[in-house]
Amino acid sequence: MADVVVEHGRVARTASAHKRTGLHNALKRKSTVAFFLTLPLILLIALFVLYPALFSIHLATLNKSMQKFVGFGNFTFLFKRETFWMVVKQSCIFAVTAVFFKALIGFIVAHFVHNIPAKGQRKWRGMLLVPWVIPPAMSTLAWLWLFDPSYSAFNYTLSFFGIGPINWLGDAAWARFSVILVNVWYGAPFFLIMYLAALKSVPDQLYEAAAIDGANWWQKIWYVTLPMMRNIIAITTLFSLIVTFANFDIVRILTSGGPLDQTQIFATYAFRVGIESNDIPLGASVSLFMVPILAVAAIFILRDVNKRGNES
Amino acid sequence: MSRKKLTRRQFVAATAMSSAALITAPYVRGAYAAGKLSIGFWDHWVPGANDASTAMVKEWAEKEKVEVSIDYITSNNKKIELTVAAEAQAKSGHDILQMYTWWPHAYAEQFEPVNDVVEEAIKQNGEVNDTVKYLGKADGKWLAVPATPGSQIKGPCSRIDLMKKHAGIDVQELYPVGAPPKADSWNMDTFLKAAEACQKAGFPFGIGLGETTDSVDTAGAIFQSFGAELVNAKGDVTVKTDEVRQALEYYKKLIAFLPPDAPSWDDASNNKWLISGRGALIMNPPSAWAVAKRDAPQVAEQCWTHGFPSGPKGRYAPFLPYFWGLWNFSKNKASAKSLLAFLSQPSSIEKFVAASGGYDLPAYAKMTTLKTWAEVGPPKGTLYHYPNPYNHQTLSIAASPAPPKIAQQIYAQATLTKMALRFAQGEKLETALAWGEGECEGFMRT
Repeated sequence: MADVVVEHGRVARTASAHKRTGLHNALKRKSTVAFFLTLPLILLIALFVLYPALFSIHLATLNKSMQKFVGFGNFTFLFKRETFWMVVKQSCIFAVTAVFFKALIGFIVAHFVHNIPAKGQRKWRGMLLVPWVIPPAMSTLAWLWLFDPSYSAFNYTLSFFGIGPINWLGDAAWARFSVILVNVWYGAPFFLIMYLAALKSVPDQLYEAAAIDGANWWQKIWYVTLPMMRNIIAITTLFSLIVTFANFDIVRILTSGGPLDQTQIFATYAFRVGIESNDIPLGASVSLFMVPILAVAAIFILRDVNKRGNES
Repeated sequence: MSRKKLTRRQFVAATAMSSAALITAPYVRGAYAAGKLSIGFWDHWVPGANDASTAMVKEWAEKEKVEVSIDYITSNNKKIELTVAAEAQAKSGHDILQMYTWWPHAYAEQFEPVNDVVEEAIKQNGEVNDTVKYLGKADGKWLAVPATPGSQIKGPCSRIDLMKKHAGIDVQELYPVGAPPKADSWNMDTFLKAAEACQKAGFPFGIGLGETTDSVDTAGAIFQSFGAELVNAKGDVTVKTDEVRQALEYYKKLIAFLPPDAPSWDDASNNKWLISGRGALIMNPPSAWAVAKRDAPQVAEQCWTHGFPSGPKGRYAPFLPYFWGLWNFSKNKASAKSLLAFLSQPSSIEKFVAASGGYDLPAYAKMTTLKTWAEVGPPKGTLYHYPNPYNHQTLSIAASPAPPKIAQQIYAQATLTKMALRFAQGEKLETALAWGEGECEGFMRT
């Protein structure tokens, strides 16, 4: 009997010791520590990103009074609306044009800054980042005053040259131009800083080798700089595309989607329909419309980045 | 310096004695015996108006022994709508929440009926107008209590001098202080001629054609004065009617005399237009005049708030009532109702009106002749006709009489101004009508 007890005790002890060692080992593992360190962030993301995202999917499947499940009913309703397709078109024009110009301006200015001697470069970098660090709601208000329908500072300046007055926010074409311009102004510094970092990581030897081969500046950009920056360009473009598609504040403050809904984009239209017109499920459907399209774009771009990473 | 030390035994004994005393003590009515009440009021733009509300609530709370907390919520950037939507979803938040126009109907199922409060207020203050009933009542149930703060008429505010000089219209003669309006000649034709004359003189009427409420409200009153309804009271789409055609034709003529940037105007644009001295008339409550009094006194001295021009089907003026809603998840409904009854008493209404310098309009018939409107100036009597003291115009809201949940969509999506603008910008009348009809059909969702 006593033997059995001793035996049992030993088995039990061995098992618990084993368990302790297992837990001990697990805790010692870097990945476990990393997981626990990131857990607060994961929980925050789950709470503030995942939950609202899932909740908005749930909302998008309800009828207007939110009492009945309608499946894809809200989406089929939207697909029949002329205004919705106008919003789709405008969102695409807005996002693609803004991202293109942000990338282009960011790329050009990054080169300028890169060529400034290191001593003065910090000041320029700081100044050029200013638009990006000011909260857009605030800076857009300043733009609103510049574009103001009746007291535009731009029109005042242009009047000295006999130009204008331009109906910046009241004419559809100018209103679209204005909202894109402000978005480019706000977002270009992000591209600038990313491209500057990428430029700094391109080894000088590559340029020297290209120069020896007789490459001119354009060929250096085309055959050295761009291939070396491909991944960063892809990632920044994807990131910016997603953020620009989801833009709200700039359009909301400048035009509220007008005139005649001709600057309405997904987020502002979702707000108009969901909150102002009190059709929350339809608003949720509008804001979710781009998710599958952007997700597919993200998969392709990231797969490409991954492939190039493996190749290198 | 000596310091007395509390031993562990003394501490235990003191705690036990205090607990025993608390448990056995007789019930004493404390400062907040009637519980707590949380209120979300609209953040008034008039300096000092919030203080008047706070003082009234405090006065009531002290008498009723209720602990109150007040949040003043701005209407800027739809913060009130967002708060209403969030609290309705969460079924938690303030007990009383102030909101405007369409929101009592939008969340009708979640509001506690307040018939007892409103019916008593009507007994004291007189009947409410039809727009208040349309927006605040459903199936015989009062969804919310008409609130004085924030409620407003967006009628014309004219420049006395410019209208006299360029349009030959003496607005003070049409709307004299202390007497009924003599405004039979003030109709849509006169209005159009005046708009043309003032535009030619370089002082166009400042009427927006944007998608915010000021633009929509003006369009609503003009459409109603032609009898034009996009959706009728039964919920049928009635866009392709002669009345709508007439209203659009009229609007097209009017748009030709408005500032070219009017399509991009928001609710601040018309105020700035008047205050800067560039326009002869705007459609607004007296906020623009009040700001002018501070920033451009020479403009304020020439402002006169008065009635809307009449159309073939009557004289309509845009009225935007505010309401106090009581959520059905409120934990202190009895106290909330008591407070709402207190705030709806004549003496409270008078204080609200005085504190807002005449901006706030009670919804009740007997409360339109308070001394504030007769006294404020300059010029003295400028707001005398603002509260519609002689009922010479019908107070209405754009998109009515469509069922409120449909009308809210027409209103929020500015369908009226968009139709007018499309037609004025060269779209064929029938195309603009077809577009409007399509939009309204989309608003029928349930």
